[in-house]
Amino acid sequence: MVESKQQWKAWLYLSPAIVLLLVFTVWPIINTVRMAFLEDYSGLEAIGGRVFTFGIGNFAKVIKYKSFLKCLKNTVLLCVPTVLVSSFLALLIAVCLNSIKPLQKLLQTIFFLPYVTNSIAIGMVFAAMFNIVGNLGTKGHDIIVTAGIINNIIEFFGGHAVNWINAGSTYAANMTVMIIYIVWNALPFKILILLGGLQSINKQYYDAARVDGTSRTRIFSRITVPLLSPMIAYVVITGFIGGFKEYTSIVGIFGESMGPVHDSGRLNTMVGFIYDSLSRNRQGRASAAALILFVIILIVTLINLQVSKKKVHY
Amino acid sequence: MKNNTVTMHERDMQKVSVNQRIGKIIALVLVYAFLIFMAIAVLFPFYWMLNSSLKSLDEYRQSVPTFWPKKVLFSNYATAFTKANLGRLFMNTLYVGLVSTILSLVITVLSAFAFARLEFKGKNVLFAALLATMMIPGELFTITNYITVSNFGWKNTYTVLIVPFLVSVFYIYLLRQNFLQIPNELYLAAKVDGTSDIKYLWKVMIPLSLPTLISITILKMMGAWNSYIWPRLVANDEAHQMITNGLRNAFTETTGDVNYPVQMAAVAIVSLPLFLVFVFLRKYIMKGVSRSGIKG
Repeated sequence: MVESKQQWKAWLYLSPAIVLLLVFTVWPIINTVRMAFLEDYSGLEAIGGRVFTFGIGNFAKVIKYKSFLKCLKNTVLLCVPTVLVSSFLALLIAVCLNSIKPLQKLLQTIFFLPYVTNSIAIGMVFAAMFNIVGNLGTKGHDIIVTAGIINNIIEFFGGHAVNWINAGSTYAANMTVMIIYIVWNALPFKILILLGGLQSINKQYYDAARVDGTSRTRIFSRITVPLLSPMIAYVVITGFIGGFKEYTSIVGIFGESMGPVHDSGRLNTMVGFIYDSLSRNRQGRASAAALILFVIILIVTLINLQVSKKKVHY
Repeated sequence: MKNNTVTMHERDMQKVSVNQRIGKIIALVLVYAFLIFMAIAVLFPFYWMLNSSLKSLDEYRQSVPTFWPKKVLFSNYATAFTKANLGRLFMNTLYVGLVSTILSLVITVLSAFAFARLEFKGKNVLFAALLATMMIPGELFTITNYITVSNFGWKNTYTVLIVPFLVSVFYIYLLRQNFLQIPNELYLAAKVDGTSDIKYLWKVMIPLSLPTLISITILKMMGAWNSYIWPRLVANDEAHQMITNGLRNAFTETTGDVNYPVQMAAVAIVSLPLFLVFVFLRKYIMKGVSRSGIKG
């Protein structure tokens, strides 16, 4: 009696969530797979009564597509260095933070600050910092050009100014700006997780090592890193998952043209490719690209898990 | 003689400990230098945003940058506010954020309660299936959801910004874990007393899991504040535009000759609420974030 009453009550409470999930989660999974395997599927033409044949043409086309390969290359080139650099820096910062007492709380707060920001808005600030400042003489006014604050700093230390994001800038310069911004953006989450992990390591390990007169570097490589390895693995895996979906940070700096003025679309990514196909009403192609993205993320995660199985000490 | 050796030995020990202490101090100085350098690197964009937003355009364009405006100009903020129509954008975003947070909390609480306290057929299978959907990247859903909401005639409405994201499997999971920690005896006792489920939820479960609910609320509100891709696809008209889209659309140029002081003022205005949340509710965000890894 009580059992059966609980049955219908449970389904009643779950009903709003289930209805919404069926419409906006389960159906999309089915439909996206369906569209991906219908040759050249387009929503508009489907309404017009066109019938699509089953096949793997979308995948073949997407993979052969030059712009897709460019997006894939951009995504990988942005993802791999940013994950490695930000994880390493975050580990270093977390270990240093954990070893000090005065100012620890204040610095910890500062390092978390970028997390609570709008990546489009702060992207605009980075664009301002890397931009060349002034009237470029296009409207016939006085030409007052400074190289921008980042270039000012570089010149102060004796370097040469770089055209980072303006017309005529190089791909390498654009990517450098993106990597700096993405690392800046990725640090807070990683520091938070790693510092939390460090603080939960039992102090007895360190006391024992100190009694034995173990050196600092040895303590770090033999105690801290192994005991922290689950957290490091977590940070790297989530970093890769997020990194393969990079999109808005580029919109923040370069705008929706996804590249400098003379070469728009230069920095487009996998997610950008999906949305471009979608806005051109090529749902079949977009679905195929989304499935490829999903498979790549899955493979990278599995590789990461395999590696960490050997290296991680739980 | 014997005495002497002892003092020699002691002197050696002292020497070692002095060396150790010097090493320690150097290490500490390096650690602080590194941390403070990184902290400056983290803070610099915020400082540059504020500094630029208070300058006149002429001062901003000077060939030698000033690190504090010679003449503090607050008018940039007024210009930015009207130029980007920020008032309207604020109201839109606040409305969407509040409604979706409230509805999402109701759905999450009911679902988490069912999973944590009630027995029903297929419970574990259903819960596992829900968790499995978390692995799929959101872009995969977006393609079909775009078609679905177009068919529903929801484009350029508030509904389209609220309804598709009401259920978060992660929030259900988070709250279920919290509910499970509350002893079942309390529920049974309440049942014996004839208390209804809703009353029990309201009087016992919700107060006991308030920190988790606050974390969910903040993350959900931040999600509305930072959402960009979905609103751009489905509701980019002036009446329903969200704050991030409005900001990006109002200042399309990023390079070349741009009026950055006004642009930076707009960015500062958009960042201010997030900053306030950070100052006052940091604890809850950190708690929610460290268990999720989800940004916004």
